[in-house]
Amino acid sequence: MNKLIEIWLGLDPLLKAVIKGLCVIGVIFPIGGACSLVERKVSAWMQGRPGPNRAMPFWFAWVPILGPFLQRLGAFHLMADGLKMFFKEDPVPGHVNKFYFLLAPVVAMIPALTTICAVPFGGYVDGSGHVVPLMLANVDVGLLAVFAVSSLGVYALILAGWASNSKYPFLGGIRASAQLISYELSMTLAVIPVFLWINAPGMTGSLSLARAVEFQSQPGFLGGMWFIFIMPISAIVFLVSLFAETNRLPFDMAEGEADLVGGFHTEYGSMKWGLFFVAEYGHMMVGSAVFILLFLGGWNPLPWVPLADVAAWLHLADKPILLGLLSIVIFIGKVLAFIFLFMWVRWTVPRFRYDQVMKLGWQKLLPLAIGNLVFYVLAVAIRQLDLGTLAWAALAAGTIVAAWVALAFPKKPSTL
Amino acid sequence: MAYVVDRKSLSLSERFYIPQILAGMKVTMRHLFSKTVTLQYPEQRPVIPPGYRGVPTLVKDPHGREKCVSCQLCEFVCPPKAIRITPGEVPADQPERAHVEKGPKAFDIDMLRCIYCGLCQEVCPEEAIFLQNQYSMTGYTRAEMVNDKARLYELGGTLPDQHFKWDKKKDAAEHGNAH
Repeated sequence: MNKLIEIWLGLDPLLKAVIKGLCVIGVIFPIGGACSLVERKVSAWMQGRPGPNRAMPFWFAWVPILGPFLQRLGAFHLMADGLKMFFKEDPVPGHVNKFYFLLAPVVAMIPALTTICAVPFGGYVDGSGHVVPLMLANVDVGLLAVFAVSSLGVYALILAGWASNSKYPFLGGIRASAQLISYELSMTLAVIPVFLWINAPGMTGSLSLARAVEFQSQPGFLGGMWFIFIMPISAIVFLVSLFAETNRLPFDMAEGEADLVGGFHTEYGSMKWGLFFVAEYGHMMVGSAVFILLFLGGWNPLPWVPLADVAAWLHLADKPILLGLLSIVIFIGKVLAFIFLFMWVRWTVPRFRYDQVMKLGWQKLLPLAIGNLVFYVLAVAIRQLDLGTLAWAALAAGTIVAAWVALAFPKKPSTL
Repeated sequence: MAYVVDRKSLSLSERFYIPQILAGMKVTMRHLFSKTVTLQYPEQRPVIPPGYRGVPTLVKDPHGREKCVSCQLCEFVCPPKAIRITPGEVPADQPERAHVEKGPKAFDIDMLRCIYCGLCQEVCPEEAIFLQNQYSMTGYTRAEMVNDKARLYELGGTLPDQHFKWDKKKDAAEHGNAH
């Protein structure tokens, strides 16, 4: 073990980075694929069906209990789906722009796998008692990098829609771009309060997601509190925008089967289509990871129970590898639970109409996000300048008046 | 008369939308853990209710005798012309049925044409043809989908019968009071 660590430490940093990156991709890609099966199973269970439960290599039927169990769980459908994707005929329609048509799935995959760089997925306690985050690149731009790269994902949709040279994909691409632009605003505005809270004025600031988790692992009532409790409105706006950004139902305008055949991927088949879907799940994973890091305490198991405490209870503080694995397991568990939430919502809420999507984005979420931002700007100012109880009371009164004004005068019976 | 539907304006919780979504999610979560309502078809078969109109079949009477007298009413009434009957005489090895005079030499129902309307069953004066509970007909060739006489009797089996029409006719003839 020690020898292995020595060899690892002796490696060229570039090689180390490549290996780490491949390891992370090696985890994300299969989870992305597995999500497709989980989606099928969850949807089936919610609709009172057993879901896929047939495929099985014939020799596996001889394994006593495990065989039928895995068959009922549909585990082999995952491989069957994958194999089908790989070995299916891969048609390229004659009327498409071949270069961009082939480029689009690649462009879809790149941001989905790149954004994970700035997302920490675990931590361990080093010799001095600090929690060191496990991530590919602990850069200060952190969240900005995630936002910047993940919004590139829409280019894949536009590219696919445009290169397909067909009307439905084209409409799907246009809708995707309009939707992403609309919701990106609220999403970013919803996150600003978190970082205003974290970064005191006059100090060196950081947008690193690891810093956000560190902030939620402090001792004390307010210190150990997750941001979802401090900023519920931010969390909700971010969550709704996340659904829109990842093109999940109820916001999957880009691929609304009812009105757009298949949306942007109508002309795609086999593995190219599969890449779009792995990319979608990749986006979901990164999106939920970001939400968990910002609002749900990252790899801390429970609110007010930071990882360092758990390490002390389990005497894992001096075993960084075990503790790191534990934190990764906690974090991935949270991410998977969140992906289940995505699926749960998808099979509950019907798709919005396009005008409803736009209305929700621009008329509801954006003002809400701006109001929320103003509220927290004032709150942070009062808190950090110690303006006293009177200022807090004024803020509370102002909020109530603003909420009343916003809610008491509905323009007309809303269709949303 | 035209009338105006009163549209209720949305309540506060409906305007917030989130409580409504949560209520919906509660429902789906309940379904997630409830029992499935589907049938694992090839292994589990549905219960066929009485009176089901499945594949038309020929039936025998409780003595195991052929009931069809090849009157060809079903052939004539069949809307898609799925039934073809070649009439013949009652075989010589069944002397006790000689008075019936006729029986089908061949009886074919083309299941690619059959529309399961049940008119053949309705029209049959001998209650010899019944649409029974078989619902799944498959085959690899067109020829396989044509049920011949042997197959029709195999599918039909024997059904209970109170009339024994031809026995009564024979009795009546023997006692000299043919109607």
